[in-house]
Amino acid sequence: MAESAARNRIWRFGDGIDTDAMAPGQYMKLPIEQIAEHCMEVVRPGFAAAVRPGDVVVAGANFGIGSSREQAPQALVTLGVAGVVAASFAGLFYRNAINLGLPVLVCRDLEGLEDGAVASLDAAAARLTLENGVAVELEPMPRFLLDIVEAGGLIPHLKETLRRQPQ
Amino acid sequence: MPAQTLAEKLIARAAGRAHVTAGETVVGKVDLAMSHDSSGPRRVAPMLDELQVPVWDPSRYVIVTDHYVPAETPEAQAILQFTRDWSKQAGIASLHDEEGICHVVLPQKGHLKPGMFVVGGDSHSPTGGAFGCYMFGIGATEMAGVLATGRIWLNVPHTILMEWDGRFQPAVSAKDVMLFLCGRFGMDGGKYQAVEYGGEAVRSLSMQERMTLCNMTAELGGQAGLVAPDQVTIDYLLQAGVRPEELESARSWSSDAQAHFLEHHRFDAAELTPQVAAPHSPANAAPIADLQGQPIDIAYIGACTGAKLDDLRMAARVLRGQRIAKGMRLMVAPASRDDQEAARKEGSLDILLQAGGELLPNACGTCAGYGKFRFAEDTRVVSSTARNFKGRMGAASSRVWLASPATVAASAIEGRLADPRNYWRG
Repeated sequence: MAESAARNRIWRFGDGIDTDAMAPGQYMKLPIEQIAEHCMEVVRPGFAAAVRPGDVVVAGANFGIGSSREQAPQALVTLGVAGVVAASFAGLFYRNAINLGLPVLVCRDLEGLEDGAVASLDAAAARLTLENGVAVELEPMPRFLLDIVEAGGLIPHLKETLRRQPQ
Repeated sequence: MPAQTLAEKLIARAAGRAHVTAGETVVGKVDLAMSHDSSGPRRVAPMLDELQVPVWDPSRYVIVTDHYVPAETPEAQAILQFTRDWSKQAGIASLHDEEGICHVVLPQKGHLKPGMFVVGGDSHSPTGGAFGCYMFGIGATEMAGVLATGRIWLNVPHTILMEWDGRFQPAVSAKDVMLFLCGRFGMDGGKYQAVEYGGEAVRSLSMQERMTLCNMTAELGGQAGLVAPDQVTIDYLLQAGVRPEELESARSWSSDAQAHFLEHHRFDAAELTPQVAAPHSPANAAPIADLQGQPIDIAYIGACTGAKLDDLRMAARVLRGQRIAKGMRLMVAPASRDDQEAARKEGSLDILLQAGGELLPNACGTCAGYGKFRFAEDTRVVSSTARNFKGRMGAASSRVWLASPATVAASAIEGRLADPRNYWRG
């Protein structure tokens, strides 16, 4: 595991990456595995084929603007992305990501987070650690949302809650 | 009691509290949930099965088919059929099947009433705020959570007040307001807070125009858009079949005079000119004067934000007695069957068709980019829809300029971006 973690890289995106780029409309009728093959193809062709499980998406402001389609964060989950670190998130995308178990963390200053840099994300600790040992502190997620992410998303979380508190 | 914004009042009611304060996290009881065929049954049903719970209240779940309408492929047909079968089996009282776009059908069929707390499985759900509801968009998993529990968490938003004084110029409409605001504040200008629209110019707008304001709050990055209900709201809802006793407290839903606003912006409506947003973002808005003359291949009048009855009327005021330019296509997809029939009856629709328009189904159509018809490589489009993201409505090399229905109509006449004020007829 340590070896594979060491290979994890940053994929750097700009501002305003929209949901339609992550889950293009014309593929929305297909299963998520096929939608994911087209993830980001209009903004970065080849991303879906090259991204590896554990890699981290680092992006600018307003990441995930646009549609309510949760296939956008779900495509990233399907590709194995460990989480998204962005200067800011579109609110609807932020909720959807958490509900699908995808860590989403805000980092106002993205300096030094270069495309291709080896990095590993620890969502619970709100930390992105680079190969040279530099640890970038991220804004921590609220505890109740981290609980949902750690459960694997809203449905597993709700399953547990409903089991504990029968209606 | 501290002074409260309209958003705080609506959320306090849903949370069963006397008052709430912006910034706190609360859980609200959902009065109504709305889904369409893409984010609805096909997505939520497996999750409800996994949770082994039924829909908490089938009378509070409205389903509208609009994204895969008309079904052009076996996959789309299967999605629609599943939507119908599941709705029946789950005892859903309100399935509006192929009657138009969800955000337009929902109020048209009398489902929205001032004071309600509503979630919708679509990003343009803020449209419902035009009726004094707190309505916001959620994804399918979160919808499954709502359907399982009848509840949802949210951070009580701050409110950004957009006040428009005076009157709009002829041929200037709600779409111009929203493109202007997107240009001025950006697609994160709403900061995922509530955006309330007020002032004399907003009060003079029809319900469908107010819906356009609230609808495009999604593009402005707000969680909800709001307009305080008034007589215009009440008259619309009575006509939609809402009972008078359900509207008795309608006017009580407004921000207190002393309420705290995160931002308060004031604009002179008379100064606003027709706006156009250049590819590939609604935030690329500029006055028509800066962009006119740009050659165009297709003019598209469609979507919840741009093809309601009032939108068709505005386009007709420009196109009356005119013909679209040679080689142009004018595509018209009325937002709902009721709106299409009303436009047909009064003659607006005929004006559009006689000018050379082609009539398309009452559905999301090319705006969602789900169907067969997508814009070809390098096509240049002027569209009354809400989003011109790269590749959304067609090939990555197609380009979409967003504008009001009047500006789209004027551009269809000239074959290039054009100022609707030159054609506007009273």
